[in-house]
Amino acid sequence: MRRSFFRAPFLPYLLVAPQLLLTLVFFYGPALQGIYQSFLIQDPFGLRTSFAGLANFASVLGDPLYGNAVRVTVVFSGAVVAGAMLLGLILAAAAAQPLRGVQVYRTLLVWPYAVAPAVAAALWLFLAHPSVGIVGRALVRWGVGWDYTLNGTHALLLVVVASVWSRVAYNFVFFLAGLQSIPSSLHEAAQVDGATWFQSFRRVTLPLLAPTTFFLLVVNALYALFDTFAVIHALTKGGPGKATETLIYKVYVDGVVNLNLGSSSAQSVILLVLAVVLTSFQFRFLERRVHYA
Amino acid sequence: MSGLRRGAVYAAVVALLLVLGAAAGRAQAPRVQVEFWHALRGPLGEALESIVNGFNASQASYRVNATFKGSYPETMVAAIAAFRAGNAPHIVQMFEVGTATMMAARGAIKPVYELMQETRTPFDPSVYLPAVRGYYSTPDGRMVSMPFNSSTPVLWYNKDAFRRAGLNPERPPRTWAELREAAQRIRASNAAPCGWSTAWPTWIHFENFGALHDVPFATRANGFEGMDAQLLVNAPLYVRNLENIVQMQREGLFKYGGRDAAGDALGPSGECAMLTASSALFARYQREARFEWGVGFLPYYDDVKGAPKNSIIGGASLWVMTSPRRTPEEYKAVAEFFRYLSSPEVSAKWHMETGYIPITFTAIQRARALGYYQRNPWAEIPIQQLTRTRPTANSKGIRLGNMPEIRTILYEEVERALQGQQSPKAALDAAVRRSNEVLRQFQRTAGR
Repeated sequence: MRRSFFRAPFLPYLLVAPQLLLTLVFFYGPALQGIYQSFLIQDPFGLRTSFAGLANFASVLGDPLYGNAVRVTVVFSGAVVAGAMLLGLILAAAAAQPLRGVQVYRTLLVWPYAVAPAVAAALWLFLAHPSVGIVGRALVRWGVGWDYTLNGTHALLLVVVASVWSRVAYNFVFFLAGLQSIPSSLHEAAQVDGATWFQSFRRVTLPLLAPTTFFLLVVNALYALFDTFAVIHALTKGGPGKATETLIYKVYVDGVVNLNLGSSSAQSVILLVLAVVLTSFQFRFLERRVHYA
Repeated sequence: MSGLRRGAVYAAVVALLLVLGAAAGRAQAPRVQVEFWHALRGPLGEALESIVNGFNASQASYRVNATFKGSYPETMVAAIAAFRAGNAPHIVQMFEVGTATMMAARGAIKPVYELMQETRTPFDPSVYLPAVRGYYSTPDGRMVSMPFNSSTPVLWYNKDAFRRAGLNPERPPRTWAELREAAQRIRASNAAPCGWSTAWPTWIHFENFGALHDVPFATRANGFEGMDAQLLVNAPLYVRNLENIVQMQREGLFKYGGRDAAGDALGPSGECAMLTASSALFARYQREARFEWGVGFLPYYDDVKGAPKNSIIGGASLWVMTSPRRTPEEYKAVAEFFRYLSSPEVSAKWHMETGYIPITFTAIQRARALGYYQRNPWAEIPIQQLTRTRPTANSKGIRLGNMPEIRTILYEEVERALQGQQSPKAALDAAVRRSNEVLRQFQRTAGR
């Protein structure tokens, strides 16, 4: 049966060809171009080009502002991953309970995922802006010196909250599915053995959720690193100062705004390596020890 | 069956296209097409479309197709990418801080003076205001790009708030000392929640500040005379000005409104009684302000000798781009379009519809003849401010490579000073050091 499925030599390739073509054109092409560009010094128009060797990488890695972007990224990503996963887990644990109208809660909790990041950021702007935002104005009135346009900590907090909000729904869906796939007999057995709710959660639920958790950890890290551009762009543009300039935002600023293609390409190559490492890490671990860790 | 039906549909579509094509062909001879990429949205974009349509209707040989390409930086990147792919638009609108970058891209652009010579198009640059022409000309006075939408910063103020604070609503503060006093009165009487704020902090309080007080922004005549220019914004007068701003912020007289145009909102909303912002904010004040407003000159320090000089412009100009497949007819079409733009009727119409300043003397005359300044007395303030002195080497404009990045650096360092993380002097020293690195990098990539 099985073998007959794959006998046609061309059909499978034909079927994946469109996807393959898209990946080649929109991923491999630009990635190779970026790697090539990272070894060049070139004016924006491509009129004058010279080979730079590793000079672009050296100047990126030697730049104290790149160190700043690394620090910002670590803090930002750590907070986003922790916040989004913790909230997702809490909400999923709550929605996994047999409650009245639980379907409604579940549906509502998924909604934020449908909001495009840029739109989400605009919503947060109208909430948090110190002079036009509802929450921002209230904070100012209560004497909190809230001003994310000038206070770096406030700005970082705001982009973290907005990014977490956009991501919680995704984590919620996965955690809920993970929780629902745990057989209730295991919990019942734990209860029979005299385990409290917390013990049962800690000893039964969490270990069985480990594959989901680990998957989400990697996926959320990739999200925080690469997909939060729109939120930062719409809310703070990396400022004030460079308080919210993450690595991916710096690639944009140096490449698109400052038109420094060599440096920007070198930075994106570094990020590419990071993404490859994170992803291979995920595959390694998911196939090995995460189950019943 | 379905195959037959599909065949019939194809035939119908082909027939329809043939008929449409024939109709179009009969209506007009093939026109030379000109692609024009711009960055103006909303009412400004509509005003631009109407001018383009006017040109297309005024003759039968050329057609300009205007396309909105996003913000200024986005339009710039789109044009650069198109050039690299061999598909550059004929005309691209570029913000003033992109001027040095475009000028350095010899081979990608065709200077306007060259275009006019080659196409033998009669064109008189002297109709343009010196402060406008100078910004877009080589040091020896040849015009490189076509001035289009220009503005200059002014002081917008809330006359009602001035009345509430017991200030003379017909006499806006002229100097920084007067502005500080006015802000104090406004806050003391709570006539407005905020005394003074600003949009475009770098354009107004560094680039224009230098011009007004006749101090250089950078060496080499603000970069006009060479790519080896160094920034000079840590000079004592700039430091004094930033100290003054930081001090006013501490006293609750000044409120930071953010980078670029972000501060615009604080004026028309009535939150800040005074706002230093672009003269092109007219449309928003007219639409949003629920109070009587006025316009004054940008404040200056009256103990600085020779101040105030003319202010400098901001906004954008039009650049002619090259492409491997350009024909002489296409360049001729571009030249004719530019000539149309510089005509008194068109530039006056643009000025009156958008609130941008009139860029030619003939446009001012025409707007005056139409009674525009009688109806809008405020509109003469930016013109007077731009033309009150002959531009000096320090008030001609800024011609620095990677200028958008230098503005960002200034924002970052000034913001850190406003947060109290560093002194104004340290902020400007750091800005100069970082900007000089950026300038050297530009010199390396573009200056060969």
